[in-house]
Amino acid sequence: MPTLVSHPDEVKVVSRRFGMGASDIDRYLELDGYKAVQLALSQGPDQMADWIINVMKASGLRGRGGAGFPTGMKWSFVPKQSPKPKYVLVNGDESEPGTCKDHVIFLHDPHSVVEGTMIAGLAIGAKLGFIYLRGEYRYLLKNVEKAVADAYARGFLGKNIFGSGVDFDIVTQTGAGAYEVGEESALMESLEGKRGVPRIKPPFPAVVGLYGGPTVINNAETIANAPHILLMGGEAYAKLGTERNGGTRLFGISGHVERPGVYELPMGYKLRDAIYKVAGGIKDGKKLKAVVPGGSSCPVLTADEIDVGLDFDQMAKAGTMLGSGGIVVLDETVSIPEFAMRVISFYQHESCGWCIPCREGTDWIKKTLTRVHAGGGTRKDIDNVQYLAENMMGRTFCPLGDAAAMPTLGFVKKFRKEFEDYIDGHRAGTNLITLDQLVGAH
Amino acid sequence: MPDVTLTVDGKQITAPAGTLLIEACKAAGIEIPAFCYYPGLSLQAACRMCVVRIEKMPKLATACTTTVAEGMVVQTETPEIVQARKATLQLLLGNHPLDCPVCDAGGECELQDMTFKYGAASSFYAEPKNHREEQQWSPVVYFDRPRCILCYRCVRMCGEGMDVFALGIQNRGSSAVIAPNVPAHLSPDQLAHVDCEQCGMCIDACPVGALTSGTYRYKTRPWEMNHVATVCTHCGDGCKTTLGVRSTSSGAEIVRGDNRDKSGINGDFLCNKGRYAFDFANHEGRITQPLVRKDGTLQPASWEEALSVAGSRLKELRDSRGGAALGVVGSNRITNEEAYLLQKFARTVLGTNNIDHHRTADYVAFAQALAGHADRAASLHDTLKAPAVLVVGGDPTTQAPATAWNLRSNVRQNRARLYLANVEPIKLRRQAKGFLQLAPYGYNALAAYLAGDEAAAAAAAADHAALASFREAVKAEQDLLILIGAELRGAELKRLIEFGLSIPGAKLALLADYVNSRGAADMGLLPDMLPGYTPVGSQSALATEYGAGTQPELTKPGMDLLEIFDAAARGNLAALYVVGSNPVGRLGIDPATLKDTFVVVQEMFLTETAALADVVFPAANLYEKGGSVTNSYGDLQLVSKAGDTAGVRSDFELIVRVADKMGADVRKLVPFGTSTGLRADMGQTRGAQSGEADRHAIWLAANNLEPRLSPFDPFAILDEVQRLVPGYNVLRLQLLSGNDQHLSPATPATVDLSQRRDLVSPSGDSLFTSGTLGRYSSMLGDLQRNQAQQLVQIHTAAD
Amino acid sequence: MSNVANTIFSPELAARFDHLVTLYPVKRSALVPMLLYAQDEIGYVSDAAVSEIAQRLSLEELDVRNVLSYYSMLRTKPAGKYNVQVCTNISCMLRGGYTVLEHCKQQLGIGHKEVTPDGLFSLEEVECIGACCWAPAMQVNYDFHDDLTPEKVDVVLEMYRKGQGKDVK
Ligand SMILES: Cc1cc2nc3c(=O)[nH]c(=O)nc-3n(C[C@H](O)[C@H](O)[C@H](O)COP(=O)(O)O)c2cc1C
Ligand code: SF4
Ligand code: FES
Repeated sequence: MPTLVSHPDEVKVVSRRFGMGASDIDRYLELDGYKAVQLALSQGPDQMADWIINVMKASGLRGRGGAGFPTGMKWSFVPKQSPKPKYVLVNGDESEPGTCKDHVIFLHDPHSVVEGTMIAGLAIGAKLGFIYLRGEYRYLLKNVEKAVADAYARGFLGKNIFGSGVDFDIVTQTGAGAYEVGEESALMESLEGKRGVPRIKPPFPAVVGLYGGPTVINNAETIANAPHILLMGGEAYAKLGTERNGGTRLFGISGHVERPGVYELPMGYKLRDAIYKVAGGIKDGKKLKAVVPGGSSCPVLTADEIDVGLDFDQMAKAGTMLGSGGIVVLDETVSIPEFAMRVISFYQHESCGWCIPCREGTDWIKKTLTRVHAGGGTRKDIDNVQYLAENMMGRTFCPLGDAAAMPTLGFVKKFRKEFEDYIDGHRAGTNLITLDQLVGAH
Repeated sequence: MPDVTLTVDGKQITAPAGTLLIEACKAAGIEIPAFCYYPGLSLQAACRMCVVRIEKMPKLATACTTTVAEGMVVQTETPEIVQARKATLQLLLGNHPLDCPVCDAGGECELQDMTFKYGAASSFYAEPKNHREEQQWSPVVYFDRPRCILCYRCVRMCGEGMDVFALGIQNRGSSAVIAPNVPAHLSPDQLAHVDCEQCGMCIDACPVGALTSGTYRYKTRPWEMNHVATVCTHCGDGCKTTLGVRSTSSGAEIVRGDNRDKSGINGDFLCNKGRYAFDFANHEGRITQPLVRKDGTLQPASWEEALSVAGSRLKELRDSRGGAALGVVGSNRITNEEAYLLQKFARTVLGTNNIDHHRTADYVAFAQALAGHADRAASLHDTLKAPAVLVVGGDPTTQAPATAWNLRSNVRQNRARLYLANVEPIKLRRQAKGFLQLAPYGYNALAAYLAGDEAAAAAAAADHAALASFREAVKAEQDLLILIGAELRGAELKRLIEFGLSIPGAKLALLADYVNSRGAADMGLLPDMLPGYTPVGSQSALATEYGAGTQPELTKPGMDLLEIFDAAARGNLAALYVVGSNPVGRLGIDPATLKDTFVVVQEMFLTETAALADVVFPAANLYEKGGSVTNSYGDLQLVSKAGDTAGVRSDFELIVRVADKMGADVRKLVPFGTSTGLRADMGQTRGAQSGEADRHAIWLAANNLEPRLSPFDPFAILDEVQRLVPGYNVLRLQLLSGNDQHLSPATPATVDLSQRRDLVSPSGDSLFTSGTLGRYSSMLGDLQRNQAQQLVQIHTAAD
Repeated sequence: MSNVANTIFSPELAARFDHLVTLYPVKRSALVPMLLYAQDEIGYVSDAAVSEIAQRLSLEELDVRNVLSYYSMLRTKPAGKYNVQVCTNISCMLRGGYTVLEHCKQQLGIGHKEVTPDGLFSLEEVECIGACCWAPAMQVNYDFHDDLTPEKVDVVLEMYRKGQGKDVK
């Protein structure tokens, strides 16, 4: 069972109820549960949708799934009138290496996701919402299923919710092991019972989504924030963060730190402080080598590059991404060529295979880096890897190709010397993967 | 849709709004490379070859998914784009076996062409390629897995195009493979197979050599073949097919059938028969020398001997017993020119109207019912465009596969509304908006009910509500295309057509079974009809031409097919002349019936009929001669000589030679030579080597001006057909250019259809049979066995 | 009672499937969950399961296999009663994921995707399971075990050997 951590610098909004038994519906109600959705309903059928969307826009909340798209704006893109039913889809596929924040939400505060889903539904005029959890999260699915069932039992879901005349249903769904299904259109395919291959865009989900109907798809954390934002007001939430990056977010700090865990920090919080203050610094007093700042697809930052604020814009300026908020810390003992190989082998394993650059590109980068790791590399291999990654960038069908190419480019560009030394037999760091494991790896 | 204007590579182009950029560019002569894009199938954007730079877009965009927009500015071939394509090719080639020297697609491979163009020749991979073994999915479909580039064309072709869904994609990432619907572990031989219609469309769609055809594999290289465009001989749709032909010591062997250039009436479609079942032409049972019965057995004879025997004996019998004692049976698979010539030979040389053929649909009633209604006869093209289609009877999926393909495409691409009325739940119902289950034999009742006879409802369908709403739905349609199966004939057929004519925009077609069933009827292989459905007794240019005035017996209908054999049984048939047909086998005639009849047969094989003959002439088949054929819809197309078998002659030549031996005036039978008064230039004045000669020849041909220097020139008869047969006066230049031309029958309605005997007998062919001819296609035999095995397999799996 | 005669599934699961297909605007949406739940019951997705699920959703079996083969948790061969899935992705790797995997291999005497002869355990190296902050982690069937050391792995395996492990389904 994941241990809960906390730190004085934390600003708890979405994690406010963690560790307080809020999986229980009565406890959730005691802790202001289902007040936000009732507040929304109390705006009256004509005002409600605009009111919610305005509050969400004011909050400056940006999607917590990785891309950071402004949530209020996303909801406002859904056409008011639609001949086809509209849907809300909650993305709980959480599979980006280094990311385990939705895990904690589903575990400690599943009702916030349920309530947030209802709010999103009211905002766009949907009558059905889906909460999709990755297949591995079975015990969390049970927790969410129970929350949904309890909400039904209280009459919060189903016909005429809270006597408002509005109907809203929620269906929970499980995946079965596929990172790519986290991509929004692939998720819809999966939910429609198909292979998790992304769809051609445009049209975007807000116009043509699930079952061809307009669909809002949001990360579970994004959704779980909605009730809090409605209750505290958009401006108040926005003020917690920085310009154009409202509020707080969950950061999962993992790897070589003393106190790994999921912390809720205000947007713009310094990465250096997150590592050294909040997570207790580098484990065993070692030196920092590099940080993967927002899940494995984000280009690596070197030890010198961590004086940057954790928000979407500052990270972009630093040449990387805030991504899914999974901060992976690498100490001096890590071999970057090995780490790079492990990263690409993940993307090679998870590429859906639809488009050529991603399917073949990840495969060849993996093969090449595996050989480098096994000791058979040449300096030309570094160029080849860079060439392959550069030629994947921006040319794949969906962003998974970029997600594989970006970190690869980061590693070979920022740590080229280490690759060269590695190939020449001077290995920095200790190998964590043995040759046997390499050969046996999937 | 209104047109939009955009700029591509500095050129202004216009295209209708909604057009895909890749198509707009193609139309403007700018080719954008693509592997996964296939016109008419769903979009994939998977191969990333079609990337282009569009102003104001952050990334390269795929031309295959972008629709044109006003003012769009596009670059299609900048260094950036070239690099992107090159990199994609390098990635593909990384795992590709590069076995081009032995690959069937070598020389016709889009991957090869692209590599040539973008020069992705250098490889920098040190690792071994991912290898997978080849699979044989069926007698005709092989899958060489390492060559596959995962463009998903085959999967879409099979699912969306064919509605078969025998192919899928399994695993993911670099392990992803195309997989067939019978997996190895569920198959008795532990090998993966396809359970499907074996159309081979997947092979055609494959841009590389991953899918190859069982009939063609490792036989030859594309550049060693001549490619001849002609028409498939099997069903009434008359698809254009391109035959790949290679010279052999005994002629020219057909080694491949496909429609790679996607031209012609069938666009990209070809079914398994069109693609593979040309192999009868190479069958070792072909008759390659004349046979004459001596001492009770058929023995090889010289041409001179055989022709003399046939000619003199026929002449003798005609003169002694009269034309009324002679019978002629024609074919559904000979050219129009041959059919026309045969009936002319029967009527003017043998002096008889006793001529018939195996009728597979009632075109007489069809023509009579449509008489006086211009532009109401549908073309096969209409099946692809009509906004609404009613199909009564028949099962196009198995009997007229191109029609079925077009109907499915029409539903998919244009949301056409398809209505079916059938006694069986035929497969096309999956595309249908309305399917009406008819009562057994309910077609005639349906025709009556549609025409307003409420009393017929009970006999038409059990579900009266469904019947009523079906009629409502159909009647509400404006531009309705009505396709009618062979189940409807005579007065009932006429009744249905009259119902159709009551719908202002309706067009109609009657579907028959073989490539020239329609032509056989049009050309008058009928005892009561001259060409163009001109009743034999009527006053017409044709009748005059045929000397009706001078020979009173020719003003009366002759004996039909059954009457001819009845006459034989009574000993009243002196001679029987059969061309490309097997009535003895088909009708189950007792051999003794013909013991007193002198029988001449022109055939490819020693069929039940040929075996009874006194003289057998070795005949060429439709792939071995030129001429024209008319499909069920009345679309006229040219056929060209592709294959050649030493020792055989065309039916056309054989008829002329027999007539000659009978002492007939060949010049009258075939108006050849300079009798028309024309003199040919032959192109010499313009320089025979200049290429001008060819164009000149085409112009002459198109204007009926080229000299007919031989009595065996079918064009000599085509001239006459065009001059005399109503509806056939179409644009010759179009035909010569390989385009089909739609006929508009113009027939005076004068026949009482209720008095005509119904002799229609559909072939009963399925996807893997083709009348008597099908027996001589070993590929069809293999497919039948394969199908039977799969049935066994499915049954054992179910147990 | 199930809507399918002669179902191969338990009455409970069959009833669950009957219900599942009614939840969605399109019944095919139940496919991925059905495959996973079928696997939970049978141990893997058998051919019979493919057939019945195809029948329940009016799909071609090929279609079901296309989907089935896409998802990495679904398998068409039996695994052990307890499927030990060790994460070796980056966060786990940094904190000893490969040591844990190696230890499991030794203790169980099997490699990746292999099953112990008694059928009790199978072992799998898996990608990130969403337990990065509690690394290294593994799942035994659906149950998470985190902050692992070789010693803790021994305790966990022993627990399952004795049949005392949780079996979340
Ligand atoms: C390859 C790939 C994997 C993704 N995985 C996830 C995921 O596991 N969870 C998630 O919330 N978003 C994931 N996303 C982002 C989603 O596509 C989508 O942007 C997000 O769910 C939108 O929600 P948000 O606006 O609330 O962030 C992924 C994107 C890509 C390209
Ligand atoms: S980039 Fe291409 S192959 Fe990769 S996951 Fe996206 S669509 Fe699939
Ligand atoms: S043709 Fe556009 S991506 Fe393949």
